[in-house]
Amino acid sequence: MADTLLTADTESGAQRLRAGLWRENPILVQALGMCPTLAVSNTAINALTMGLATTSVLLASALVISLLRHIIPPQVRLACFVLVIATFVTLTDMLIEAFALDLHRALGAFLPLIVVNCMILSRIELMASRQGPPVALLDALGMGGGFLLGLLALGSLRELLGQGALFGLRLMPASFEPWQVMQLPGGGFFTLAALVIAFHLLDRRRRSTEQGAEAAT
Amino acid sequence: MIDAELWSLFLNATLVNNFVLAYFLGICPFLGVSGRLESAGRMGLAVTFVMLVASLCAFGLHRLLTMIGAEYLSLISYIVVIASAVQLVEMFVRKTSPALFQALGIYLPLITTNCAILAVALFQTQRGYGLLQGLVFALGAGLGFTLALVLMAGIRERLRLADVPDLAQGMAITLVLAGILSLAFMGFAGIGAAP
Repeated sequence: MADTLLTADTESGAQRLRAGLWRENPILVQALGMCPTLAVSNTAINALTMGLATTSVLLASALVISLLRHIIPPQVRLACFVLVIATFVTLTDMLIEAFALDLHRALGAFLPLIVVNCMILSRIELMASRQGPPVALLDALGMGGGFLLGLLALGSLRELLGQGALFGLRLMPASFEPWQVMQLPGGGFFTLAALVIAFHLLDRRRRSTEQGAEAAT
Repeated sequence: MIDAELWSLFLNATLVNNFVLAYFLGICPFLGVSGRLESAGRMGLAVTFVMLVASLCAFGLHRLLTMIGAEYLSLISYIVVIASAVQLVEMFVRKTSPALFQALGIYLPLITTNCAILAVALFQTQRGYGLLQGLVFALGAGLGFTLALVLMAGIRERLRLADVPDLAQGMAITLVLAGILSLAFMGFAGIGAAP
């Protein structure tokens, strides 16, 4: 599953931004950061908070690492990366606890666990430690955005089918019987599998229309 | 009485609240290393060992940090301790069994970013487990992780002979399998619940 990881040293910032959103989407293509993805995606609001928290940690650490990239000695770089990430995660954790205590309780141990989100570490290692701040930031924004979108899709789908609601608002008619399984851990796996298949279907269709257009011209 | 409590804690961590299938922790190695039965079992044992070490260190660190009133440093110090423990295991495995070292490959250093291990340390602190309870919990969590990994590897070895639709190959079919396993483990709910 890691074979889709592209180092892509020559791409510009704008291309990196687009790549994170679709072609190298961290959840659907690279299968990175799966643990928080599946664990907190039972409702849309949890998914949104988790996505925003992860994106802000990624942006802040990418900026700092990118600025420090000539100072950090390569032998101990992983330890330095993890320390920087852990600092920002502790800050984010405290901010959410201060401003949204209910959400903080709902997310529980998964907020501090952002530290070991492999998506963040892989972006830092592949992009931020090699590129200047502008490219690194755009890449982080694209990857964080892709992560947020994937997480939000997963969370909305599971809440809609499992509770008949979206962001706590009841959408389904009263006769709708909620699918209990969607709220269980198993439902998370099934929904993600369905999303991955849907992504491949769409991607294949997009590619074939692109090839058709090229053949026509 | 105390024995019964520890036993229920162990069962709870292994089966009822299995780290992989109920808490979604350690999914990356679960999807990545579960291709072959042999490396899955060994990976599980390595993770169990690191979990025990992490639990022990986290207990001591938490005591120390509470004493000097610096609990906010716990996350940062846990991750550093875990990273050094993984380094230790890596050196040990490389010396004693180079073949296993080859088989585990990149996933050995990646134990550092295995969220299951940090989660053991965090849960233990949050729930206020003592030293013995923490160790039993870590052992249960590690064995539960190994169990899930070995089960998955067994299924995937069989799957190689099956005819999977083109679109669902790779990640999607693995996720569906994990979902079914997770539903099966829901059947353990209620066992080992505190009386």
